[in-house]
Amino acid sequence: MKLSIIIDNFDAASSVRGSVDRVTQHNNQQAQRKAAMAVLAHAEAGEIAARLRDFTLPDHQDLRAPESGLVMLRGRVGGDGAPFNLGEATVSRAAVRLASGEVGFGYTLGRDGEKARLIALCDALVQSRDFGGAVERDVIAPLREQLMVRREQAAAETAATKVDFYTMVRGEG
Amino acid sequence: MTTIAELPPGFADKVLSAQSTFRSVMDAMARPGSVQRIVPGAGAPEPMMRGTAAIALTLFDHDTPLWLDARMAESTDVVKWLKFHTGAPVVQDSSIASFALIGDGAVLPALERFALGTSEYPDRSTTLILQVESLDSGRFFELRGPGIDGAAMLQASIKPFDLFERLHLNEALFPRGIDVVLVADDAVVAIPRTTRIVSKGS
Repeated sequence: MKLSIIIDNFDAASSVRGSVDRVTQHNNQQAQRKAAMAVLAHAEAGEIAARLRDFTLPDHQDLRAPESGLVMLRGRVGGDGAPFNLGEATVSRAAVRLASGEVGFGYTLGRDGEKARLIALCDALVQSRDFGGAVERDVIAPLREQLMVRREQAAAETAATKVDFYTMVRGEG
Repeated sequence: MTTIAELPPGFADKVLSAQSTFRSVMDAMARPGSVQRIVPGAGAPEPMMRGTAAIALTLFDHDTPLWLDARMAESTDVVKWLKFHTGAPVVQDSSIASFALIGDGAVLPALERFALGTSEYPDRSTTLILQVESLDSGRFFELRGPGIDGAAMLQASIKPFDLFERLHLNEALFPRGIDVVLVADDAVVAIPRTTRIVSKGS
């Protein structure tokens, strides 16, 4: 199945009517979900599950059971930036709905459907008024810290192998 | 305003539910007039029946243009649900549709307005999925044709009342033609283009 064509594209703006306040609030939530997704996509399924285990989760159901498919990775090429199809990547996705109505989506590289489901669940919880704060504090924040540590470690290891090249100036000067 | 939060879920077990629904529809096509049951595995947005929803999840995808009659198209729930779960493009021109979902048979457009296939590709015709009142009461119809040993009796209350008269166009068109799937809740009956119908009254 080609997922690229049916990537969920629910018009976020359509649910926002009227006041600027609501737009701001909406944008904040979008930013928060985006940040959470950036962390969750890099975490292991086991790590997320372990952190969620301490929660008394609200009732939820799979709006879309986990499934795997392909998405086309596109880049730009040439001076004019024409689109270039790099290749297809395997992606898993899921959608989970809480009993209170929040719907979360999970997309992740690879075939780990359970991870996509957990991400979707976290995404739904982040939007929920009752659980948003707790999930941010007890799940996302620790995972983000772990991710940062891993990245810094990798950066430090790479930095240790850095070689400075210099060229002796030839000729006069 | 309907948000995605209110949409009914898709199949809980995609593979097994789709396989079992496919099997039911295939058996219905192979034995015209026989009533097959679909094990409902998914929710359905109004005014879609459970059987229709299962068929939609099984057969529709982004390669199957879809035509909705006014009854179906006026429900934003149905349109959103189909888009979310199947990704099938909804088209306004019924003559290029792979499937047509008919919620209210009373205003079924003339069958010539659907895709009839071509002589080279007779399979490229529209399959009508018609929601009917009942498939176990109403008028009797005698069906004959491939897949039927002698004659099969079908009892159904169907709108439009002259559906089977209209389907006589399949006789002249063959191998082109329209296939029809009748759905009443979780019961399915298929009338492929090869089936000939004699109405028997009530």
